[in-house]
Amino acid sequence: MDSSSLLSIVTFVYGFAALLYIISWIFNKELPGKTATWVTIAGVAGNTAGIIMRWFESYQVGYGHAPFSNMYESLIFFAWTIAVVYLVLEFQYKNRVLGAFVVTLVFFTIAYASLSPNISSRIQPLIPALKSNWLIAHVITCFLGYAGFAIAFGMSILYLIKKDGGPGESRMLSLVPEQEALDEMIHQMVMFGFFFLSIGIITGAVWANSAWGRYWGWDPKETWSLVTWFIYAMLLHARLVRGWHGKRIAIISIIGFMAVIFTYFGVNYLPGLHSYG
Amino acid sequence: MGKKPTSSGLFTELRIFFISIKLTVFILITLAATSIIGTLIPQNKSDESYIHEYGNFLYRIFKAINIFDMYHSWWFQFLIILLAVNIIVCSIDRLAAIWKIIFIKIPVFKISRFHKLKDKEAFSSKRSPDALIDIYEKLIARRFAYHTVEKTDNGFCIFAEKGRWTRLGVYIVHSSIVLLLAGSLIGSFLGFEGYVNIPEGSAKNVIFLRNTMVPHELDFSIQCDDFNVSFYETGAPKEFRSSLTIIENGTPVRKKDIIVNDPLRYNGVNIFQSNYGADTPKEIVLAIFSNSSSMEYKKTVRIGEKIDLPEGMGELVINNFMNNYKFKGHAIGQSFFGSITSDKGETQNIVLPVQYPQFDKMRRGNAYISVADFKHSYYTGLQVTKDPGVPVVYTGFILMILGCFVTFFMSHQSICVEVMKKGKTSSVIVSGIANKNKPGMRIKVKKILQQLEKTG
Ligand code: HEM
Repeated sequence: MDSSSLLSIVTFVYGFAALLYIISWIFNKELPGKTATWVTIAGVAGNTAGIIMRWFESYQVGYGHAPFSNMYESLIFFAWTIAVVYLVLEFQYKNRVLGAFVVTLVFFTIAYASLSPNISSRIQPLIPALKSNWLIAHVITCFLGYAGFAIAFGMSILYLIKKDGGPGESRMLSLVPEQEALDEMIHQMVMFGFFFLSIGIITGAVWANSAWGRYWGWDPKETWSLVTWFIYAMLLHARLVRGWHGKRIAIISIIGFMAVIFTYFGVNYLPGLHSYG
Repeated sequence: MGKKPTSSGLFTELRIFFISIKLTVFILITLAATSIIGTLIPQNKSDESYIHEYGNFLYRIFKAINIFDMYHSWWFQFLIILLAVNIIVCSIDRLAAIWKIIFIKIPVFKISRFHKLKDKEAFSSKRSPDALIDIYEKLIARRFAYHTVEKTDNGFCIFAEKGRWTRLGVYIVHSSIVLLLAGSLIGSFLGFEGYVNIPEGSAKNVIFLRNTMVPHELDFSIQCDDFNVSFYETGAPKEFRSSLTIIENGTPVRKKDIIVNDPLRYNGVNIFQSNYGADTPKEIVLAIFSNSSSMEYKKTVRIGEKIDLPEGMGELVINNFMNNYKFKGHAIGQSFFGSITSDKGETQNIVLPVQYPQFDKMRRGNAYISVADFKHSYYTGLQVTKDPGVPVVYTGFILMILGCFVTFFMSHQSICVEVMKKGKTSSVIVSGIANKNKPGMRIKVKKILQQLEKTG
């Protein structure tokens, strides 16, 4: 079995986990929830194995590079980071409602990579500029950042659909963490994401400087990652300086994640250096 | 600040303008929006392509406000400087206010602050306050940088704190941003960035600046001794390698092979492998197959030089080379071009594609000619940059990471352990304050309580 067929199986494992999270939320049952966690852990294990196998395979075909070099590989890694960060969070906060959103997002991400006809899972050779250890640091930190923002996005949606609680609240919504707790979690995840996005932009700049002699070139992907950074910087200031909370922060976090998505996918339709994904 | 009575009006107004977070948000939104425009309108293309794209009218407006090179326009730079002033003024203002709080020798604790807290943890101990005081002090001292014990009417209070300095995290971040902006300004005033193509075996000391293509003379020459490129099986380039020698005042001073990601640095100038191209080779070996005698001759020909063909077939000159020649719409790769002049003075053009040795048969001459061998002659495409701002920018990078870490993940934590005598037993109350991550502090207070409870 090769890595891409393993990763196709992982896609279905994540899909199954997402389904279990949703069932456990709708019917408020413990067993499907617990199973969902274990299935997600199995998915992460398979995902990890897939990434490592791909690394070996790239050496076998003689290219020998870390599996972070094209759209397919980055999506696989993105799914992995979201799933891992989510599991840590679930372990900390002991609430599984979020899994219904986040693991579904993981499933869509990896399904898009595995099933979309536009994305090739072939292992391709690396163009010379990408042969750098900074690339690995750059990709890992950027995607940790994106994962933080993705989870903050899921929580922001939850925040907006969860009303003020009270007696009229439906049973499904009553399982969602309190708004106050969600608000704090959004903030934590945004800080996590911002920290790693900052390092991601910085390692990208250092890499560009070592490959092309300039650390910043206003290429569309760089510019969009900076725009994303600005949006989250505004969110943090609105909260820390102006004391904004709740709904407004949730909305900025959603806008910020739109910028993340555009940085990731949309930019490929604009001309520039980062066209590999 | 701002105590001078005479200038205080304007000064105060400026200060108020610059410390406003609204200004920050305004600048950040404007920067984000204009940056986006810059990704939608391609930058630094030729005037013709812009006129073609936008028409003459829009072209003139865009040109007037520098939309086509907007990241270097005066107004973009102005926004950046405004941002820097905003951060500096605001940070100084804030820092002046909290300086005394941060660099206090003996922290002051008010028990009332802790009493007001909603989240308190409590338990009762079987021992008396006097028996507990030393044990508790030791425990708290291990976890906190500073602590103090105060006797109260019916027991004691331990106050402790740590991470007071982490309140400076924000200022580390803000100063890192100022360093980044300063570094980029240094780079744009004192640095340059350009390109040069150097054929194998020759040297150049003039490069062409990016975007403007203005020639720029270096203090030294760069000589390309050798160039090699290797390919993957797919045909994609795997590695480019140039052997360079730096020549200063006629003497070679540095030698290095460079590849992408591994530049040569000399006198603050960085020389990067950027691309390459094939030049016209100087010499080729031709195979000439005579139809009448069925003999094959090998001849070495210099480009542009006339030679006599064997068996009196006339004179041949090869005078041109193309990297990718298109014949009737088909790309047939590297090809040589020349002409044959017969004894009678008739001239025929010939095309010799390297990959198709039979191609010349189509000419139906009395011989057909193919390219037997030639040595590739490349030029190396180098990117030459100088940016004295880089060390400042890199310092900014490091401070940014450190500052963000401190700001986001560390906090100033104070704790109060209050022990009161209740008959033979004691009641113990633990409460804590943190300037950030309040849930984290709650968990911490619980943990400390558990530890105290275990010891008695
Ligand atoms: C992008 C450029 C930035 C600008 C222009 C900027 C500007 C400002 C300004 C003007 C204030 C003070 C507002 C006031 O006191 O009313 C402030 C506060 C603050 N900034 Fe920034 N900032 C920037 C980046 C950052 C970043 C990246 C962080 C994240 C680590 C950050 C964290 C903070 C915090 C935590 C405060 C509150 C300080 C306090 O409570 O005293 N800033 N910023």
